[in-house]
Amino acid sequence: MQLKVNGETREVAAPDDMPLLWALRDVLGLTGTKFGCGIAQCGVCTVHVDGKPLRACVTPLKAVMGKSITTIEGLSRDNSHPVQRAWAEVDVVQCGYCQSGQIMAAAALLEVKPDPSDADIDAALSGNLCRCGTYQRIREAVHRAAELAS
Amino acid sequence: MSTREVGRPTGPTDTFLPRSGNPPLAVDAGRRGLLKIGALGAAGLVIGFAVPLDAFAQPAQVKATLPQPNAFLRIAPNGEITVLLAHSEMGQGVWTALPMLIAEELEADWSKIKVEHAPAGAPYAHTAFGIQMTGGSTTTASEFERYRQVGAMARVMLQEAAAAKFGVPVAQVRAQNGFMIAGDQRAGYGELAEAAAKLTPPATVALKHPKDWKLIGHATRRLDSPEKISGRAQFGMDVQFDGLKTAVVARSPVFGGKLKRFDGAAALRIEGVRAVVEVPSGVAVVADNFWFAKRGRDALEIEWDLGPNAALDTEALTSSYQRLAAGNGTPAATVGDASKAMADAKSVIEAEYVVPFLAHAPMEPLNCTVKIGEGTCEIWTGTQFQTVDQGAAAKILGLEPDKVEIHTMFLGGGFGRRANPVSDFVSEAVHIAKAAKLPVKTVWTREDDIRGGYYRPMFLHRAKIGIGEDGMPLAWQQHIVGESIMAGTPFEPMMVKDGIDATSVEGIADSPYLKSVAHHRIALTSPQNGVPVLWWRSVGHSHTAFVMETLIDELARAADRDPVEYRMELLKGHPRHLGVLWLAADKAQWGETLPAGRARGIAVHESFGSFVAQVAEVSIEDGKVRVHRVVCAIDCGMVVNPAGVRAQMESGVVFGLGAALHSEVTFANGRVQQSNFHDYEVLRLHEMPVVEVHIVPSTENPGGAGEPGTPPIAPAVANALYALTGRRLRRLPIALAAGEVA
Repeated sequence: MQLKVNGETREVAAPDDMPLLWALRDVLGLTGTKFGCGIAQCGVCTVHVDGKPLRACVTPLKAVMGKSITTIEGLSRDNSHPVQRAWAEVDVVQCGYCQSGQIMAAAALLEVKPDPSDADIDAALSGNLCRCGTYQRIREAVHRAAELAS
Repeated sequence: MSTREVGRPTGPTDTFLPRSGNPPLAVDAGRRGLLKIGALGAAGLVIGFAVPLDAFAQPAQVKATLPQPNAFLRIAPNGEITVLLAHSEMGQGVWTALPMLIAEELEADWSKIKVEHAPAGAPYAHTAFGIQMTGGSTTTASEFERYRQVGAMARVMLQEAAAAKFGVPVAQVRAQNGFMIAGDQRAGYGELAEAAAKLTPPATVALKHPKDWKLIGHATRRLDSPEKISGRAQFGMDVQFDGLKTAVVARSPVFGGKLKRFDGAAALRIEGVRAVVEVPSGVAVVADNFWFAKRGRDALEIEWDLGPNAALDTEALTSSYQRLAAGNGTPAATVGDASKAMADAKSVIEAEYVVPFLAHAPMEPLNCTVKIGEGTCEIWTGTQFQTVDQGAAAKILGLEPDKVEIHTMFLGGGFGRRANPVSDFVSEAVHIAKAAKLPVKTVWTREDDIRGGYYRPMFLHRAKIGIGEDGMPLAWQQHIVGESIMAGTPFEPMMVKDGIDATSVEGIADSPYLKSVAHHRIALTSPQNGVPVLWWRSVGHSHTAFVMETLIDELARAADRDPVEYRMELLKGHPRHLGVLWLAADKAQWGETLPAGRARGIAVHESFGSFVAQVAEVSIEDGKVRVHRVVCAIDCGMVVNPAGVRAQMESGVVFGLGAALHSEVTFANGRVQQSNFHDYEVLRLHEMPVVEVHIVPSTENPGGAGEPGTPPIAPAVANALYALTGRRLRRLPIALAAGEVA
């Protein structure tokens, strides 16, 4: 089976009901996308499929064939995406495990809401858990990313 | 209010300002033991200490480990400086704070600093606990001297090397931002490193006066940020190499249950499944990747002998704790005669509190990769307990501990779960790799994690307080019932004295409030009910602060006194409590009127050498508790990285608030009733209050920051809800009454 990941077409030897998460991590070696719950409750596996945020842990491969998949590794080569720049500036991360998903969810939000309100951020990111509690800095960084992108 | 401006240090109390007046600190570099200079050839200068192995918490298996050459610091010929961490980075910021200590004394160029986790080895033993570990909010306090000494020693040796190279007296050489300079001569640390490594290390080093600190005390961005925002950071979960298989384990659905029989034939027919092996904890399915392993586990046919805990039930357990609480218990703190003095009370408050079992639920599910070789073993995992895990693996494999190499990966959260005295997830992974005869990464699902035990114990408190004519407590009786986290572990001899597990009563038996209560008796009963329990961020303080600070609030209200002013009277003689109490109240505009439907509550608590007060501003919206704002004041002594302290206060509030509002593990028919984040709920972003952090300037020794932010939030919120509803909340998680949710 072929998957289009981060602009490249990759051959994936996996059954088509395997969740995208495990094809990315265990088959393609793209470990930036994380495993947290397996049931779309925590958001650490968030990737973009045709530009929209999607939970890779519950998405079978057959649902994304022919679609364009972007993971954290493909967001930028050098942390230059406005969301990553804002994350660095605001010093958001702590343990970091949830941050790939947070960043992908934030980047997807800014695509549809270039200048989001706090309520927009709450609505878009409340599905992305962080046990270290970086939420306040996430809010601040999303606003900052909106400024950097404009 | 915009969330963009708040929470940033603004006023003078927010900024850590070292005060002058302390003499320069001179320390004997050899005091802790023999200085080791290792030869690393072209790698340049290597400095480390050998720590005496007679420290008090030394498990037997560690004593066999001889001191070995090791390093805290490497300076490469290209000037790159690598700091090795004796502690694990799990979000708390040691990846940045410990290098700051070395770089401060070394006068290093901060942009040249690289960081690595140290391997498992005796040189990296905790300076107080004697084993390599991260916990108890102790990293900064325990390394404040050692890491600065390392930096100072390296600087002296580089200075001497530069003096020889320049042909000038050492006194003429000064260190500045990664260079040694004398007159118009200068040399980078990289070019001096090899010569410096050949010199005799100094017997003593003088540490800088705090007024000269350029890094310590200044907000510094995290060094692990770039790799964590690019997805490149390597957590235990991310370990991959050729030939590595993944295992998922079927464990007993009831704690203490044993495998009766199993049939792995159907699992072995699943694509990618390579082995099905029996291990002490259950049955492991080993496959080419996680998905195949999980499918294999789903196909297992297993019969369990459920054992003695098959009827475990939270309601029944609560009733049994109530019966135990009616007894006398074992005294943990006794002054005067509380029972007799109670007769003199003008009025009496009686209260019963119940707090639940709690899972740590770090975002990265537990995992451990094990590769067994000929007489060797390599382990890759996120652990807080290297020495214990190393010893456990060695025992299983019949090896000396030093044959077990541990690669500490980034921890996707720890909160105590990754420091297990019985090494549960590491031991299991070693058993699986041994039985499967393959290199294996054992991965826990979230369901395995929530149902896997090692919880913060459930506790029940029964309190009876007699109030005098003056409105102050004159007699105080309290009985605490809950499992001991130390019983049956190697830490029991140290932590359990005269039947009292100190971690069950900390924050109450030693409460500053009780110092002014002439008659008090604090008692403990530690039942055993088969549920594996463990320290959970802030340990005993996670429940004792809730009980104490809501009781004090209740006493203040009963006396018709302001809760802040009442606390100040009781806490006379405790200046650091008073300092944070006043600061939090002041910054929160305590006493000023709030809009209708909003109320404030306050709590103050000392834990892990630090003092924290929090004011929570709450309302009830759509039938739910809404916390709008938390003002947090902390006095943690000298601060290394104020940005890190601020983050850890926000973090502690989120962790404690999620538990107070949502989290509980309950049992029915012996089974844990929760399984994943939909029913083991934690705080989500839309519930995040604005958190403002104020740091008290201090010249006291560093205290902790990882845990002290957690204990005050539950009582601060409960006290605010009392102000709003007039009802005392004595159970966690907080449940509003029917009349309050409108």
